[in-house]
Amino acid sequence: MSCEIHARESVAIIGPSGAGKSTLLALFAGLDLPTSGRVWLAGEDLTTLDEDGRARLRAARVGFVFQSFHLVPSLTALENVMLPLELQGRRDARPPALEMLGRVGLGARVDHYPRQLSGGEQQRVAMARASIGDPAVLFADEPTGNLDTVTGARIIDLFFELNAAAQTTLVLVTHDTSLAARCSRVLTMDAGALV
Amino acid sequence: MAVLWMAVRLLRREWRSGELAVLLVSLSVAVAALTGVGFLVDRIGRAVQAQASEVLAADARVETPEPLSPELGAEARTLGLQSARLTTLISVVFRGDASQLANVRAVSAGYPLRGRLKTAAQAFAVGEVTHEIPAAGYCWPDSRLAAALGAVPGDTLTVGARALRIERILIARPDQGSAFVEFAPALLLNDADLAATQLVQPASRMQYVLLLAGSARALGRYDEWFTAHARPAERLARIADASPQIGDAAQRASRFLSLASLVALLLCAVAVAMSARGYVARHLDVVALMKTLGAARRFVLGVTLVQMLMLSVLATILGSAAGWLTQSWLLRALAGLLRTDLPPASAWPVLAGLVVAIAMLAGFALPTLLQLTRVPALRVLRRDAGPPPARLWLSLAPAAAAIAGVIYGTLGEWRFSLWFVAALAAALLCLALSGALLVALAGRVRGSASLPLRHGLANLSRRRAAAVAQIVAFGLGVMLLLVLAILRRDLVNDWRASLPQGAPNYFFVNIPTAQKEDFRNALLAAGAQPERMLPMVRGRLVAINGEKVNPRLPRPTMLRGGRGRPRGDLADREQNLTWAAELGDDNHIIAGRWWGPADSGKPLVSLASEFQESLDLKLGDRLRFDVAGEQFDVSVASFRKVKWDSFRPNFFIMFPPGLLDGTAGSYMTSALFQPRSAGALAALVRRFPSVSIFNIGDLLAQVRSVIDKAVTAVQSVFIFTLFAGLTVLLAAVQASRDERRYETAILRVLGAGRAMLLRSSFAEFAVMGLLAGLLAACGAALGGYLLARQLDLHYRFDGLMWSAGVLCTTLLVGASGWLATRPVLNHPPRTVLD
Repeated sequence: MSCEIHARESVAIIGPSGAGKSTLLALFAGLDLPTSGRVWLAGEDLTTLDEDGRARLRAARVGFVFQSFHLVPSLTALENVMLPLELQGRRDARPPALEMLGRVGLGARVDHYPRQLSGGEQQRVAMARASIGDPAVLFADEPTGNLDTVTGARIIDLFFELNAAAQTTLVLVTHDTSLAARCSRVLTMDAGALV
Repeated sequence: MAVLWMAVRLLRREWRSGELAVLLVSLSVAVAALTGVGFLVDRIGRAVQAQASEVLAADARVETPEPLSPELGAEARTLGLQSARLTTLISVVFRGDASQLANVRAVSAGYPLRGRLKTAAQAFAVGEVTHEIPAAGYCWPDSRLAAALGAVPGDTLTVGARALRIERILIARPDQGSAFVEFAPALLLNDADLAATQLVQPASRMQYVLLLAGSARALGRYDEWFTAHARPAERLARIADASPQIGDAAQRASRFLSLASLVALLLCAVAVAMSARGYVARHLDVVALMKTLGAARRFVLGVTLVQMLMLSVLATILGSAAGWLTQSWLLRALAGLLRTDLPPASAWPVLAGLVVAIAMLAGFALPTLLQLTRVPALRVLRRDAGPPPARLWLSLAPAAAAIAGVIYGTLGEWRFSLWFVAALAAALLCLALSGALLVALAGRVRGSASLPLRHGLANLSRRRAAAVAQIVAFGLGVMLLLVLAILRRDLVNDWRASLPQGAPNYFFVNIPTAQKEDFRNALLAAGAQPERMLPMVRGRLVAINGEKVNPRLPRPTMLRGGRGRPRGDLADREQNLTWAAELGDDNHIIAGRWWGPADSGKPLVSLASEFQESLDLKLGDRLRFDVAGEQFDVSVASFRKVKWDSFRPNFFIMFPPGLLDGTAGSYMTSALFQPRSAGALAALVRRFPSVSIFNIGDLLAQVRSVIDKAVTAVQSVFIFTLFAGLTVLLAAVQASRDERRYETAILRVLGAGRAMLLRSSFAEFAVMGLLAGLLAACGAALGGYLLARQLDLHYRFDGLMWSAGVLCTTLLVGASGWLATRPVLNHPPRTVLD
């Protein structure tokens, strides 16, 4: 397959289970390498980078939001949000992280651990974490998959709001056609190929 | 059969999951600690048992500090008993200018009546049995003595005034003690040469022994006769009296080593419990699936039990092999303290190891594993369907029973076991509370730490219970090792400190009264600085305020332990008595008054405070003494605090002048003596052959070497507590493996490099090690202080040892944790999308 996503574009990848959506996302983000072919991310050929090189690229240019939130359980909400900046080597991560948590409406719960937060709150922390480093690209894997409809809708509003403000490239894997419709382009996958 | 087949297959597959490996390692370390000590104890026990009948070199023996009365031998002959004479004393033996303190043993024909002598042409060679004794004019030094003097057959040794030619080297004798070698090496010579040595003087510390052998009936009748006719200082020892003494000494030493192994074993039990929990958590799904596919609960139970049994057997094999190596090491550490020809060990320790492995699994793992059999098949559809929670008593009772069984099985005594459990529980509780406090404090400071350190600290806080368990495990192990190191250092330092510059370094005893002035002049001429010279007679306390002191109190009571010396122990043995007009400045009257010139010849006595405390005496008490058969009464006039470490002549019991002056005795003194040549000492001995010379430095060095070896052996066993700590760490890492993989994957997705992850993992364990080290070092400092107070030693805080303890623990735990978590860090980030 061949596919190109431009800067500041928002793309939804849809398709039935097993179509290869998550695999494609993993390849885009350098979490996995293709057995053949090449992947460029933010101008860098991922297939020429080693594991640590890809990690550095992700730290500098990429944000992630997952279906299962994937917060670090041993860190507080604030520490989770500070993490991307600290991985970039920034020492002043605390003020921007606090501000970001305030923007997602969690200013009062910064010292809570993930287990002390509801699903919706955890996903808001995950969004704050994904957005804080001003990433060039934001990858989201079923961001509302584990949330009820009302909470999911609120989260999506917040998601697009943050994205519009930061002018980030957005790549979204979803089953939700209404969510896909809010993106500028929709890629449909089936049996490992774009259709 | 299906159960067995399934158990083997599953065990092989599940080996890769890791928990089984940790279970096996924990069990193996426990078995190794137990069997390592067990093999050694078994070998010592068998030596004691095998030689119990030979330990006296006879069936019975009469022992007395005075020459044997002819009636003793005459009665034995009348009853048809075999007999032989043995006279022992401690004296310096010379080969040219080289000298060595030795246990000189003069024997008559027939010795030994039980057991055999072994001799060889070379020291430490394999000996051949002989039925002879040294001929007159010849001697047999034992291997240690020959080696110390560099002597070989054909050389001449000088004992007192007698020169004796070495005929052979004595390799073994039946009365040399069963497992533990004696303090001084031995020299065997013919009874006929004893008088010519001129070592036999009125107040010499000799032991005269009449060996007896014969039928039990004849011995019984001799015992009856002896009870009726024995003089106060005479004692009849029979096998039944002798073996418990040796058995007790060996048993107490063994028990101490067993205690050390128990600590390791209990820590391993923690690791077993932790890995069992991890194993169950990971196998809920497998079991649910097996049930869905038709496996009955009994089948699952059978598979689990067979697997546990296989693990126990495997752990016993591995642990026993390691245990065997351990006992070889312990034997080497105790070289010189233990006989080298101990009989081989039996298989009992291996069996004990298997029983312990099964008990640990049954107590600590089985209750958790049985949960597996209660997993509902529904779990395949609903992930949250787990087994019903185990009843608390059901999970605690087997563990408590296993602990109780193992402790009682090892220590063999309820009261002692309870003390051990109470002391260990108190220590563990203190460590756990302090550990929890430290972990909480470390969590507080993480805000200001760098990213890897913060992440490490966060992990520590999150898995607080596991962190505390590891801190306690390592803390306890390191603390015990440090306390022993401190104790050893304090003992050595105190000995050095108690040998101040200018203090006497030689004791001279058995100076004949007639040669007293000559000897003093000879010392002065040789450049020595002699201290006061005090007379010395042998005597015995026979009654206190008219109440007779029982002369046949069994001596073993002292060895059997109990608090303090039993009343009568000091009273029951021969004492050295002296008299003097002046009280040296190393004596201080604490009650009563010292006598003046007017008290000369009055029936008074002054006692050292130790003697007073031992017999609970008061001023004015009437004591009756027996000196050479003559009895006299005195009243207690004063108690003295004696500064024994002045190394000047001092006595427990002192009389005023004029009371015992006519008694036959000898003199003793001490002196600061730096012989200009080794020959100076030999010349002195040649001129005054009856005088026994003791070099204090040599004696202390010998005692120090004994303590050093004992401490090394105990420390070697405590090393197992460190291994046990490592198994707890492995179990904890194993239990947190899934969480760690998950976190690693998230961090990698967010852009963390491998170096950062490794640093964070090292930080987590290094901090844990630091906390364990701090706890251990502080605990050891406190323990060392308390022990020093208990043992009357001078305690000094050792900053270097303290810091070394903290640093080494930090590095050990940091590096171990880092190594254990490394495989987890290789987990690919892709898995977060699965």
